[in-house]
Amino acid sequence: MGIHRGHQARPVEWLAEKFIFFVSLSAILMVLLIFLFVAREALPVFFGQTNTALVQKPIPPDEMDKHSPAELQAYLELTPDEFAKTERKTLRALMDVKLEAQDDIPEDFRNDPDARINTTEWKYLLQSHQWNGYDKPEYIWQPVGQIKKFNIIPLFVGTLKVTLIGLLFAVPLAVGAAIYVSQLARPRLRETLKPAIELLSGIPSVVVGFFALIVMATVLQSLFHYQTRLNAFVAGLALGFAVIPVIFSIAEDALTSVPRTYTQAALALGASRWQTAWQIVLPAALPGVFAATVLGFGRAIGETMIVLMVCSASVMSWSIFDSARSITTTIAAEMAEAVNGGPHYRILFLLGALLFGATFVSNMIGDFVIHRFKQKLEGKR
Amino acid sequence: MKKIATILAATAFAASTLAGNITVKGSDTLVILAQKWAEVYMGQHPDVKIQVSGGGSGIGFAALQSQTTDLCDASRKAKPAEIANCLKAFAARPTEYKVALDGLSVYVNPENSLKELTMAQVGDIFTGKIKNWKEVGGPDAPITIYSRENSSGTYEFFKEHVLKGKDFAASAQTMPGTAAIVQAVLKDKNGIGYGGAAYGGGSKLLSIKKTDASPAIEPTEANVESGTYPIWRHLYVYVNPALDKGEVAAYLNWIRSDDGQKYVKDIGYYPLPKNLRSN
Amino acid sequence: MSKVQSRHFRAEKFDFWSFFFSGLTGLATLFILGILATILLNIIVNGWSAISWHFVSTIPKKDFFDANTTGVLPMIVGTSFRVIVMTIFVIPVGVITAIYLTEYAPNTSIITRIIRAAVNNLAGVPSIVFGLFGLGFFINFAGKNLDLLLHNANAVWGQPALIWASLTLAVMTLPVVIVATEESLKAIPPGLREASLALGATKLETILRIVLPQALPGIMTGGILAVSRAAGEVAPILFTGVAYYMASLPAHLSDQFMDLGYHVFVLSTQSPNIEQTRPILYATVLVLLLLTFALNFVAILIRARVRKKLRALG
Repeated sequence: MGIHRGHQARPVEWLAEKFIFFVSLSAILMVLLIFLFVAREALPVFFGQTNTALVQKPIPPDEMDKHSPAELQAYLELTPDEFAKTERKTLRALMDVKLEAQDDIPEDFRNDPDARINTTEWKYLLQSHQWNGYDKPEYIWQPVGQIKKFNIIPLFVGTLKVTLIGLLFAVPLAVGAAIYVSQLARPRLRETLKPAIELLSGIPSVVVGFFALIVMATVLQSLFHYQTRLNAFVAGLALGFAVIPVIFSIAEDALTSVPRTYTQAALALGASRWQTAWQIVLPAALPGVFAATVLGFGRAIGETMIVLMVCSASVMSWSIFDSARSITTTIAAEMAEAVNGGPHYRILFLLGALLFGATFVSNMIGDFVIHRFKQKLEGKR
Repeated sequence: MKKIATILAATAFAASTLAGNITVKGSDTLVILAQKWAEVYMGQHPDVKIQVSGGGSGIGFAALQSQTTDLCDASRKAKPAEIANCLKAFAARPTEYKVALDGLSVYVNPENSLKELTMAQVGDIFTGKIKNWKEVGGPDAPITIYSRENSSGTYEFFKEHVLKGKDFAASAQTMPGTAAIVQAVLKDKNGIGYGGAAYGGGSKLLSIKKTDASPAIEPTEANVESGTYPIWRHLYVYVNPALDKGEVAAYLNWIRSDDGQKYVKDIGYYPLPKNLRSN
Repeated sequence: MSKVQSRHFRAEKFDFWSFFFSGLTGLATLFILGILATILLNIIVNGWSAISWHFVSTIPKKDFFDANTTGVLPMIVGTSFRVIVMTIFVIPVGVITAIYLTEYAPNTSIITRIIRAAVNNLAGVPSIVFGLFGLGFFINFAGKNLDLLLHNANAVWGQPALIWASLTLAVMTLPVVIVATEESLKAIPPGLREASLALGATKLETILRIVLPQALPGIMTGGILAVSRAAGEVAPILFTGVAYYMASLPAHLSDQFMDLGYHVFVLSTQSPNIEQTRPILYATVLVLLLLTFALNFVAILIRARVRKKLRALG
């Protein structure tokens, strides 16, 4: 579609072209910045620079001069720059705060073996651990309290559980509807059905969450008689509502792009409309349908408000009628109360970076498959 | 584009604090009460403008430290890390003022025959050590626990003071707010939950014994105010000591006076005992 | 194609399984439409009676859970402000990127492919990650440094604010604008451009005088879609600017604001009495839906008109 230069470019033209080029790089810049700045806040966790051990050996403020500036700076968790700028009086006050924090620890926790553990080490983030007071090693996310437990596995389980329920519900419906709309419905009907289904994507997710919380949760509980009113099942179904339009539009697009000649040939051979759709068009469009599912997956693990409103206990359980806490929910619910720059804050950013990575990969796969699929179809035509 | 630049410049100037302008930010637990106070105070002092916003105690401390707010509402005490951040930012500890009391009740279903529990029993129920109502003298039925989101100040307080820092049982169901807990307990005859004493809304509020030997205390207004009911907390306002003068100091003083404390009950909290008031 | 020819079809007049499965897909379609209708009807029926002029024009002064005195004016204003500021940033960047991609970019070059991949990826980044980005980049980096430069390190910009929420949303909706604009640029017949060039206009003149005016409806559609997407989003603004409660309307770009979507969240989870707040909750949801749907509807109308016009041209 490019325009060929009519005559010699003037300086203004040249400048404009460069300007347009540089502005168009902003999309790339943004993706890089997102990764950079989300990961930047999480870096201290990566490098083991956070320490959440409850009991630490305090330095009495009077012995301040017995320690080197470097030691003090590390002890007070200051950057070299901050340390240089801080007055001696303030440094002493900071040391008092450290000491008081140690004095505030309840007696029960003084001798707790867990109180000496830095719970932000990878070992505790990923592996189960037998915490004091538990009968067996467990995966626990309890980031608030004396001993902060940051195991992220329950959050992964919660995210996957809700996402899979959502996809199991959404994929058959969305693909079924895509087959119907693209292959079986009359053209007139098709023109109204398609935008109607896509209207579902116009409903903000906070509204879907509201509907699930206020209406669906009650209706489903009276239907299935389970114990927990707000659980992964309700959240999964609501999530399904949000993913249906995504999967539907991509799958419908893929099905429509299968050349008409395929369909016509099959129909001419005496196949019914259904047989043509199921045995000819769907297999040809399968990569597109697969990509739709992958992109739907990406959308589902990134959805925040629905799961936040419908269920949120971080239970390590695969039962669909138990509560679940997804990664997105955890970030949204806990960021406001996390101490700015503290370990909890860092770990929430780490979760964000992981989430970004996961959706990045699923988007790449989805786009790649669609790209290949379209190329193949064009080649065959 | 020129227009944006002008707006940017204008807002940059306007953002510097005007005299007689007080900003209050922090705990969502306190935001309604803070607004009520602001409303009444502004009525009495038309020259003072008070801006109230919520967000959470953590947000309030972050704002206090970056000096974007004069007062920080908090439903919990400042954490050492937050005090340290303030020291780093303005070389002083924030001054702490207690501004109200909040009593927490333990809710059960009205059909539950149980009337009282000891603090230790409440702790054991919520940590999952006690799993059946008959262990505490109730009917033979499993206990369902309803708890709050771990970002709420109520959760943290309950965990520290009633559970003595132990983890909530894994089976505890997380509810987004106190109202949701009350609703769940009303529907579930084996349920137990906790929340503000004033928000019982038809559920049964258990009397609490401090120890096995002490008497069972009902969570009534008088008992919370006198401190005999064992589960209560202070609500706080923190301020940068350098700003604690003039209008800000006068306002803080009024909040903690008999006149200011009159409005606390309207919102469902309890006024400070006489000895903590400012007059 | 040999596969196709080797299949055997029963050429009966009525094939039960065909009927059965066609029916199933039809039911799936119907089911989805049923969900949509249930949600919309439930909200309209319950919300309509609670909505009033007083409700949409009142600033709640005391307790926004109180059905008699509350209103949603600050939320409507806050949501509108943040999308308007967002539009100012996202439209120029989005349109220029789309111009580059359709008018200048060599189709096969690596850089074009990377830009396209970045746009696609940006569209798939979870909204909460945009929120973290806004906090980490706009507030903690850009805002804090701006304060160092302009305000002697007093925090003016280094805190959640309307401008940061809007910018975060602008980054999020950039792909929407790019894709819609690109679509409309591609639909302009190349003949128009060639005619302009043949008459001696430069490339820039052609783009500014011929291509852009033609693409205007498409650009508007993109803008409206971006606005309707952004208006309902809550997750990206959670840490970048929304306030639980403010007694007055936002007046500056450095102010925080109240928001319709976030208010729906607050009303449905934080209310001290669920039954009493139900009517205002439904009314707030209805206001939010009306806002986003009205915008969507306008976008669909413009798009339909553009397509018709293009068909007539083609």
